[in-house]
Amino acid sequence: MSLLEVKGLKVAYGGIQAVRGIDLVIEQGELVCLIGANGAGKSSALKGLIGLVQHHGEVRFTGERLNGLPTHAIVAKGMTLVPEGRGIFARLSVAENLDMGAYTRRDVGPVRLDLNRVYDLFPRLAERRAQLAGTLSGGEQQMLALGRAIMARPRLLLLDEPSMGLAPIMVQKIYQTIAEIARDGVTILLVEQNAHLALQVSQRGYVMESGSVVLTGASQALADDPMVKAAYLGE
Amino acid sequence: MRSVPDWLRRHPGLAFGLLAVLLAVLPFIVSIGLGRGWVRVLDFALLYAILALGLNIVVGYAGLLDLGYIAFYALGAYLFAWLSSPQFGLHLPFWLVLPSGALLAGGFGVLLGAPTLRLRGDYLAIVTLGFGEIVRIFMNNLDAPVNITNGPQGINLIDPISIGGFSLGARHTILGVHVFPPTFYYYLFLFFTLFTILVAMRLQDSRIGRAWAAIREDEVAAAAMGIDTRNIKLLAFAMGASFGGLAGGLFAAFQGFISPESFNLMESVMILCMIVLGGMGNIPGVILGAVLLTVLPEALRYLGAWQRAALGHVVVDPNDLRMLLFGLAMVAMMLYRPAGLLPSRQRRREFRAEDGAAEQEAASLYDAKA
Repeated sequence: MSLLEVKGLKVAYGGIQAVRGIDLVIEQGELVCLIGANGAGKSSALKGLIGLVQHHGEVRFTGERLNGLPTHAIVAKGMTLVPEGRGIFARLSVAENLDMGAYTRRDVGPVRLDLNRVYDLFPRLAERRAQLAGTLSGGEQQMLALGRAIMARPRLLLLDEPSMGLAPIMVQKIYQTIAEIARDGVTILLVEQNAHLALQVSQRGYVMESGSVVLTGASQALADDPMVKAAYLGE
Repeated sequence: MRSVPDWLRRHPGLAFGLLAVLLAVLPFIVSIGLGRGWVRVLDFALLYAILALGLNIVVGYAGLLDLGYIAFYALGAYLFAWLSSPQFGLHLPFWLVLPSGALLAGGFGVLLGAPTLRLRGDYLAIVTLGFGEIVRIFMNNLDAPVNITNGPQGINLIDPISIGGFSLGARHTILGVHVFPPTFYYYLFLFFTLFTILVAMRLQDSRIGRAWAAIREDEVAAAAMGIDTRNIKLLAFAMGASFGGLAGGLFAAFQGFISPESFNLMESVMILCMIVLGGMGNIPGVILGAVLLTVLPEALRYLGAWQRAALGHVVVDPNDLRMLLFGLAMVAMMLYRPAGLLPSRQRRREFRAEDGAAEQEAASLYDAKA
């Protein structure tokens, strides 16, 4: 049984079809990327998966149907989203943001261990734990968003454009951390416009174009694909 | 002078005791020093403190801009009037009527919240404003075909609150001193204000309070944290509204008379101003705002007498001058203390830290290289 099985996922805003029936499969422990141009429907697909927008089609998580469940119920089952633009709580402190990540958890001891793990991954956040999250730099905010998601101890982590709006050197740092989180055994679905980076860090990938998946395969194979090269890697 | 607050901070028990004594004797000091009418002003200050703390749950904690808050105050007041006045010939005891008013208002809070769950900011403000007006207009017109609210005339002869046969609405002589109703109501309102403060404090530090803060900051991210955003928002509306309903019931009993006029949009705006002026989200700030905005307009009424004394006649109508000064004070506040007089810890940090972000960006890039 796969961790996530999606069949014919459709998301529409009014009359506009953003996602036109896509199939996805993610196995436990994988890092899978979903790449595509602006407006291809990647973010909408993620929002559909986690119940933030109305959607049709079948979503099975650990074999269980998720359709129709509200977001908070899906999160309680072990799926967590790091939203596009990070979505940190600007007027709460760094520590309070991380606490919010563990909102659904009651296991005090393990939560403290995870907090230490986050501070190990991002010493910067430990230094600034009392500071308001809104006063952090863009890169630090992305670190905080990732850290907050780790605090939920998710079985599947959905990342929406973690490189967006960051300096190249900060992007590198974030991607090192994503690889590290994956090594910890967290399954990750990574949505990214920066195809080059996404294909480097992931094992498998899906390519989306105007609402549909047009190509799928091992990341290395996708990176060598002439069409992907031409359209997304600029080679 | 500088050492006095420090000294109080080092002796919190003593500071608390002093405050308790001061609050206990305040109505007597005020009535001797300023006249009996000022005890009434004090009562209203407490009533508005309850209202402002209630609205602060919705606006300050959960970040939902509600411009129709006065409707809940109206509902509490009218329920009190219906259940203990000659209007329907009912005279139920206050300990039954006050909680019912809070409950009714809370129910209407959910009723207002449910259709507006997807709205935020300006849009929510407009819908809530409409809701407030709808309630007022209903109260104004529900005198026919069945007379429920007595229309614009309002409901008169509402029972005063009476505790164990001791009516707060009558003059009593205690130890040879005449004590008047506003003084009794002062203690009752003080009790309910303290109760409201306690609840507001507990809510702020609770799991629910943290969920409200998260929704205020970013609703999508809050949902992604596993917060049931729908129920938590409805809870904010309901909690805030029930304090409005409670205050409404107290108001009806205190005044003995209510009419739709008391529940217009200006009142909603005023309560919001109290929160903004005092410091949104911060309990002492909100109370300070409520007290200032109740007492100041009353104090400014003396402007007419002063003009007559200084110039021989009244040049500017004190009522106009009062609103003008009030408006100027609000503008000055927003320019010089945008976070409020007593801002919350978070807002204070936010306003202080805004400049430092650029240097930090540079510093963190340096870190990433290392």
